[in-house]
This record gives sequence, structure tokens and C-alpha cells, in this order.
Amino acid sequence: MTLVTQSVMRERFYATAAELVDRDDRIAVVIAEIGGSALMAAKRRHPDRVINVGIREQLMVAVAGGLALAGFRPIAHSYAPFVVERPFEMLKLDLGHQDVGAILVSVGASYDSAASGRTHQSPEDVALVAALPGWRVFVPGHPDEADLLLRTAAADDDRVYLRLAEQSNAAARPIEPGRFHVERRGREATVIVVGPLLDPVLEATADLDLTVLYATTVRPFDREALRSAPLARDVILVEPYLAGTSSSEVAEALVDTPHRLLALGVSNVEHRRYGTWRDHNAAHGLDAAGIRARVLSFLAA
Amino acid sequence: MSVTVPVLHYADLERLMALQLGDEKHSRSATSTLDVIWVLYDRVLRVDPLATTDPHRDRFLLSKGHGPMAYYAVLAAKGFIDPETLPTFGRYDSRLGHHPDRKCVPGIEISSGSLGHGLGIAVGMALGLRARRSPARVFCLVGDAELEEGSNHEAIAYAGRFGLERLTCVVVDNRSSSLGWPGGIASRFALEGWSTATVDGRDHEALERAFAVDHARRPQVVVAVVEQVS
Repeated sequence: MTLVTQSVMRERFYATAAELVDRDDRIAVVIAEIGGSALMAAKRRHPDRVINVGIREQLMVAVAGGLALAGFRPIAHSYAPFVVERPFEMLKLDLGHQDVGAILVSVGASYDSAASGRTHQSPEDVALVAALPGWRVFVPGHPDEADLLLRTAAADDDRVYLRLAEQSNAAARPIEPGRFHVERRGREATVIVVGPLLDPVLEATADLDLTVLYATTVRPFDREALRSAPLARDVILVEPYLAGTSSSEVAEALVDTPHRLLALGVSNVEHRRYGTWRDHNAAHGLDAAGIRARVLSFLAA
Repeated sequence: MSVTVPVLHYADLERLMALQLGDEKHSRSATSTLDVIWVLYDRVLRVDPLATTDPHRDRFLLSKGHGPMAYYAVLAAKGFIDPETLPTFGRYDSRLGHHPDRKCVPGIEISSGSLGHGLGIAVGMALGLRARRSPARVFCLVGDAELEEGSNHEAIAYAGRFGLERLTCVVVDNRSSSLGWPGGIASRFALEGWSTATVDGRDHEALERAFAVDHARRPQVVVAVVEQVS
């Protein structure tokens, strides 16, 4: 199969963000050095609304909060550890507690910068954001989807976390923000696969009679789509971040339905390895072979 | 429709503060800020309790949300809060918590309490207002101990280098910082390009003069020195 491995989502984000700044005077982009070169031309055109605060991530999110309180629609951007984990209290208080919106756009995903080590890896990010009230979380699996989700977020006023990744599916799906896309229908089990892991899941399960729901919006979780799937007592959740991040959502969706759940994702361990995201996918059983082995074992049990 | 806004005076503040009942009030913290907040609302800020969403209003951010009794008392004196609600302070169903919440009281600009958040938000506000070519000023009150939070120093460095002239930070200094500030608080801001003034935090005329100083192309810090906490 074809692997799309370039940082296309990221480059697409910079281009679309610059376009949004041009077209909508409510949009302001706040960065902490990351993305500074790519957004340089936009900054020249709009020095008041493309703001680089230097390597000051707490300030980046606080400034986004202040801009929102002044009537702007801020987009804050950095690597996931630096836009979610380091300024996490600013997400909670400077945005959430003020009851203002912003779009946080991360790159790096769980381990795109695997060679940089643990400091630049962030498989916990979605669980952290999901722990706060009022956030929508978008996890696109293709640059076209990332573009659609960013434009959707830009037109609203709420708090949105858009998680970009190097790993990408070969083809975009006709996604609808807020809804799961039904990739295929089957009878043996239901798979919910998030963002860039769709292609490995399809490869791993091509010969199995499974329903595959494709999620690019993970918060709010499309519980109705799961409830509406063909009746199957087995549910398989495949997430490109911390395993089980959405297990409670599956439990809530199926609270009246006896079911089994297999939650695949990144293991909650200090995985002291470098390499690439492919190496780490394999190590966490998130490549096609790893997914297939665990799905077959689960279904046979 | 005509709306009557109560006109109360500085002399009324002690009574308004006494109306706020409860055990955990950060009392010393509250009284340390009283004169600064009064001078701002009485002489400096262009705000109106009947126009709390005016985009060109000045903004006052109580970053140091601790001890909001003085803040609530001044807001009551200036018509933002009904004085009759002050005795509900801290109750489950009250709009007046031990730390202020902007969603509960129109006119309160930020919800605060956790230290080190207001100045960064103020920088964002000042940037936004500058982008809109608004004449509004942004005032952010922090405590000398609050400055221990590193997030403030991200804001201080950025605001100074980018000349946010509509931003004023007021540091109420009651020497409660554990390690103190060798060289003085104002020098920390001056290094980053801020206009600085250090005044008696109980002297209304001195405070008013400090807030009126021209600080074109630079943000301003006013260090308001009050009694040391014992």
C-alpha cells in the first residue's frame, strides 16, 4: 500500500491559516516560534494578527485567551507537547474558565518526532484535552480532511483542538465534522478507527466481516453512530494516541448493550526508543500486522 | 428606561467590605489592593456599569484573584454589584466567590484565582485592542508574590519588547514574596523596556499621577507599595 509520509497536513495548515488571516479579520494566529518561517509572509501582511511570542508557550495560550476576550478567533499552534501539556492550566483557565474559544493546532502527534525522544512525544494529548469541558477534538487522517476541519473550526467560536500528523491515509473520506464516517458495514464486530490509522486498519481487516467507523471528530464522540451500527457485541477501538482514551465514550454509548471492548492505541509506558513513527507504531502494535494479530486474538477469545 | 447607578464613596468601602461574610477571605490580601482599585475605578478607568460590553471600554484585570473583598466593594460602590448581594459572599448560590468569576458578574473582565494568569491574558487583550486601533487601556493588578509565577515573566518580556503602550501592570507590593526581589520589582520590568513608577499604594494622588504618566511605545508598571504583611 502507498504510505503518505510527508508533513503535508502541516504545510496545508500553514497555507490555510495564512488564507484565513487574509480573509477574516477576526482570525489571529499565535505561535511560539514553531511555524515562524512558514507564516512569515502572512506576518508581514498582518503584523497585528500573526503573533510570535517566542518560546513562551504559557504566554501563547494566555494571549489566545486575551485575544478571544477582545473579540478575535485565535489559532494557537505548536508541537503537541508544547501547545497542550506545558500550558495545560492555561487551556483550563485562560480559555475554558474564561468561557472563550480558540483553535489549538498541534503537529507532532504521538511520536512524529520519535528521534527527538520523549520530550517531543505526546500520546497523552487527546486524553488531556478531553478531560476539560467544552472542547471539540479533531483528528484528521488526510490533509484534505485537516483543511476542512480547520475551516469548520475557524467559522465557529468554541474551543477546538486540531491534531495534525505526518501519518496520513492515501485518500480522504467525505467526512462530516462531528460525525463518524461509515467506511464499511459488517456483522462480526464494529471497529472505530481514528484519523491516520484508517489505512492500517483496512489492511489488517480486509478479509474480516467488520463494520468500520472512521472517526475524525473524537470529541464530542459520535455515540449515535456506534449505537446505529449493525448489532455486534464486540467493539474494537483503534486510536493513534493513548490506548483507551475513548473507552469511556464507548461504554457510555453502549450502556444498555452487553459488549466486549478491545482498545488499541499507544501504550502508557516510557518507551525509550528513537527512530520514526513507523517504528513506534510497530512497537505499540499499531501497524497493520500488529492490529491484525490483536483483532484476531480478540475475536477468537 | 432610566437606571439609577448608586454613588458611593471611598468612606463607604469599609462598610461594604464588612458586609462580605465568611471565613476564608484572604483579608490582608484584600485590604492591600483597596486603594489601588478604588483610584482606578474612581479616577482612571473609562468604564460604565451600564455598558459592560462596550468594545472600547478600559479593562481592569484582577490577576491576583485572592481577597476580592476590596474589588467587590469597589464594584458595589460604582454600581456593578448590588450591595445587597455582598453578604452572600462565598455561599453556594452566590455570584461572589472567594475568587471572582467573569461569568457571574458583568463588569468583571476575567475569572481569576490561580496566580500568574492575568498578565498573559492582558497582553493578549492589549494586542487585540491595538489591532482594532481601540483607545482602550488594559490594567492588570498582580501581587509581589504572584510575580514568583514564571508565566508573568514570559508576559513581561514580550510586552516590553513589543511596546504595548496601552498596557499597565500594577504590582501591589506588601513584601509577601518569599525570596523578595533584589534590585527592586520595577527593575525587573525596566530591563524589558517598561516605563516604571514606584509609589505609595495608599496615596490616591500619587497613584493617579502615576497612571497619567505618558509612556508612549512602552508598557507601564506601577509598583504600589503598601504595608508589609506580618
